[in-house]
Amino acid sequence: MSNRRDFMGMALGAFTGLGALGALYAAKRTWDPLPSVKAAGFATIDLSNVPENTLHVEKWRGKPILIIKVAKNSKPNTAPNGNDKNAYDDKRLITVGGHKFMIVVGLCTHLGCIPDYFPDKHKFICPCHGGQFNAAGEVLKAPPPSPLVIPPFKIDGTKVVLGEEGPEYKKLKESGLVS
Amino acid sequence: MKELKVLAVVVFFTLVTYWGVEPFAHSVMHKHVEGHNFAYSDINASNVKGDPAKGKAAISACTACHGIKSQGIKAPMDPVTAANTYGVNPPDLSNAGAIYDEKFLIAFMQDPAHAAIAKKMAMPPIMAGNAQGAADIAAYLKSIAPKELTPKEAFVTACGRCHANRYGKWTQIGDVPKTKGNIKTGNDVALEQFKINVAKYQDKLADYMGKLPPDLSIISRARSKEYLETFVENPQSHLKGTAMPRVGITKEGFEKVYAYLESTGDPSKPKREKTGPWVLGFFLIFTFLAYGWYKSQWKGLK
Amino acid sequence: MAHFDPNARPFSHKWLNERLAIDTLKRVLSTEYWIPKNINFLWAMGMVLAATFGMLLISGIFLLMYYVPTTKEAFDSVNYTIMSQVGYGWLWRHIHGVAASVVFLIIYIHMFTGIYYGSYKRGREMIWISGMLLFVTFSAEAFSGYMLPWGQMSYWAGMVITNLFSLGSLHLNGLVEWIRGDYVPGQAFLSRFFMLHVLLMPLIIIGLIVLHFGTLRIPHVNNKDGEEFDFEAEAEKWKAGHRKESKVIPFNPVFLSKDVFVLGIYFMFFFYLVFYHFEFAMDPVNFDPANGLKTPPHIYPEWYFLWSYEILRPFSKNVGLIWFGFAQVIFFLLPFLDRSPNVAPANRRGIFKIWFWLLLIDMVGLTIMGKLPPVDPWSKFGTVFAYTFIALWFALPFITKMEKPVGGK
Repeated sequence: MSNRRDFMGMALGAFTGLGALGALYAAKRTWDPLPSVKAAGFATIDLSNVPENTLHVEKWRGKPILIIKVAKNSKPNTAPNGNDKNAYDDKRLITVGGHKFMIVVGLCTHLGCIPDYFPDKHKFICPCHGGQFNAAGEVLKAPPPSPLVIPPFKIDGTKVVLGEEGPEYKKLKESGLVS
Repeated sequence: MKELKVLAVVVFFTLVTYWGVEPFAHSVMHKHVEGHNFAYSDINASNVKGDPAKGKAAISACTACHGIKSQGIKAPMDPVTAANTYGVNPPDLSNAGAIYDEKFLIAFMQDPAHAAIAKKMAMPPIMAGNAQGAADIAAYLKSIAPKELTPKEAFVTACGRCHANRYGKWTQIGDVPKTKGNIKTGNDVALEQFKINVAKYQDKLADYMGKLPPDLSIISRARSKEYLETFVENPQSHLKGTAMPRVGITKEGFEKVYAYLESTGDPSKPKREKTGPWVLGFFLIFTFLAYGWYKSQWKGLK
Repeated sequence: MAHFDPNARPFSHKWLNERLAIDTLKRVLSTEYWIPKNINFLWAMGMVLAATFGMLLISGIFLLMYYVPTTKEAFDSVNYTIMSQVGYGWLWRHIHGVAASVVFLIIYIHMFTGIYYGSYKRGREMIWISGMLLFVTFSAEAFSGYMLPWGQMSYWAGMVITNLFSLGSLHLNGLVEWIRGDYVPGQAFLSRFFMLHVLLMPLIIIGLIVLHFGTLRIPHVNNKDGEEFDFEAEAEKWKAGHRKESKVIPFNPVFLSKDVFVLGIYFMFFFYLVFYHFEFAMDPVNFDPANGLKTPPHIYPEWYFLWSYEILRPFSKNVGLIWFGFAQVIFFLLPFLDRSPNVAPANRRGIFKIWFWLLLIDMVGLTIMGKLPPVDPWSKFGTVFAYTFIALWFALPFITKMEKPVGGK
């Protein structure tokens, strides 16, 4: 008797566990972002009127997107890590409508603060821990461990669509410039 | 078995109570209205045959107020201006031929208020001249109408100028536009502007109808299908004196409209029907296993 | 001073046992918690209620993640966001709505089981009273929850029920406004009923459930014959292996195995309602948004309040309120109004048997009449049922006083 009892009790327990998994799946789906949130995951930004060497801020997925139409001469005034080359030649810049743009998620890769741009110095300085980036988003001074992140984008004439992966983005991805 | 007898008593009293508070109570509370399958038998069938070509030639009588987008004819006024002028926006006629009863349309063009059983009608009678002229225009509208309307198109044509459907993002003056707020202030001027236009339109509409016609987002949950069907067929049958006109929709047209109302009112229906059998199947097996466990535990106890 | 073995591995059985007495807990709460053997499926209703309360709690947690308690957004947060945007939001809502209704069906079955078998007598008074307290708090929980979708029925039920607190000719309008926090049900009203529904009432209910379980401990669960026996002696028989002769079974696993089987059948019924027949628990009128300028043509409480609502209706305002109050408290007094010493099923108790079935039929009658519009002939029937209800309770002490002792055990 005891064998059969154990078997039935355990079979029932295991089957109940299966049902609990199903309920957990439903619970997981309930925690997912709403469709309206996901639909807002795309933003179209027109870059035709952005002035040169001026910080332009947009919002995408709730995060600030920093855009700079990079000037021909964008050499930072100082670079503690020695990399003071002209940001205009950086491979991370994105060419839209014949101009070169820096388009990055404006959150410092250290701990997520928004760095300030100083146009005269051609560099970003993060207010939280003093990290520095050049006008292409490359690190000039630690603590940030990596360059500012380039969001997935697609070029559409003089506009960029954030949230979609276009061929230019894929090319950057292949060359390892975006993660 | 004794337990089954006890169960039968419990089930009996439960069912009597259920019957009393649901089917019986509702049959007492709601008067029954017989449907007529959208036959509109009070309107005599026209014996004249309409000629679409003649109707096309005479359409300018209509387009003084109505647009026909599918034929490239724009409405002469935007909805808000039209509501200021007439009380309500005259409908675009592109899809009219697809959902309205032809006999009704012909009668309507000769005497709108009479056909619609409405006290008030912005559209004056005899716009289409005589019965022949009305039949010609009806034939023309039929000839330009698309063969198959989407549920939403049917709703917009038949209901959408008076009723909003906010879950379907529809307002009386059109779809809610996709706009973007100003990044620095968070203001969305274009959307606010649109809302003001909706408000202006609704105020005029409420004056015209006596009250603002209700939003229909979840009307399919608030009223039964039978109610909606007989109500749309003849609004006076349920609400004597209501300002809602008889719109003269066909049976197929109503089914389309209802499909749209159900899609906004009960959007989870497909998922519910998919999940239901799985859950019930789970508990069926669960019960079998539990029965086995129960039997093994109670073996030799009595 | 307790002894702690320094060599016990952390979280090992011994380690836990020294700190939490898990073996004792398991014995006291499950494997040596003794239940009479002479029972039927109606004894599983307690477990069914616990499971339904669990369903309400879990589904409620997920609804709470998206519900917005403002008069502007409540309706759409329920009917649009939860029903069409949230993954499985519709499932939680249907479970919550159906469970809120079905829980009362099970409560009523549970109550009438107790009345039928005399399970409120001879040491079991506190079981009955704590159970009635649960009935009242569940009613408050159901009512406050009914306000939350902020539809027409929410608004007008809120209006009517809070007006009851003006207590007729006493005109305590200040009290009504105090309860609402406004002259009419509005934002303050919705916010406080939201708080009551998701925090205060559930806390009280959980506390009362623990109390209700606690009250069972000393008098023990009743059985089909109302038989009184020595639980300890019977438990010894079981432990000695005389399972057939013993009149008791352990809660876990023997009683539990039957409970779980009943639960399985119950859940098939429950989820059938959730997926295919949920309309009864979601009144169509509440799918019209709240409108303080238009009362719907028919307003009525949910079915489980109808019997007491119907006792209010046939009388003038003050008298109706008195009888309504009577109906709310009279069940609490049952253990004291029943003057008979017999603990036995109603069918062996002479006139009490008739009293039991009359009460049940009368309450079903009140329930059905309570939903119908107050016009003849329904209001006439309702009046008869209401008088019968009152008469039955006045007759109870006399009927039971005359009752002959039930022979045998």
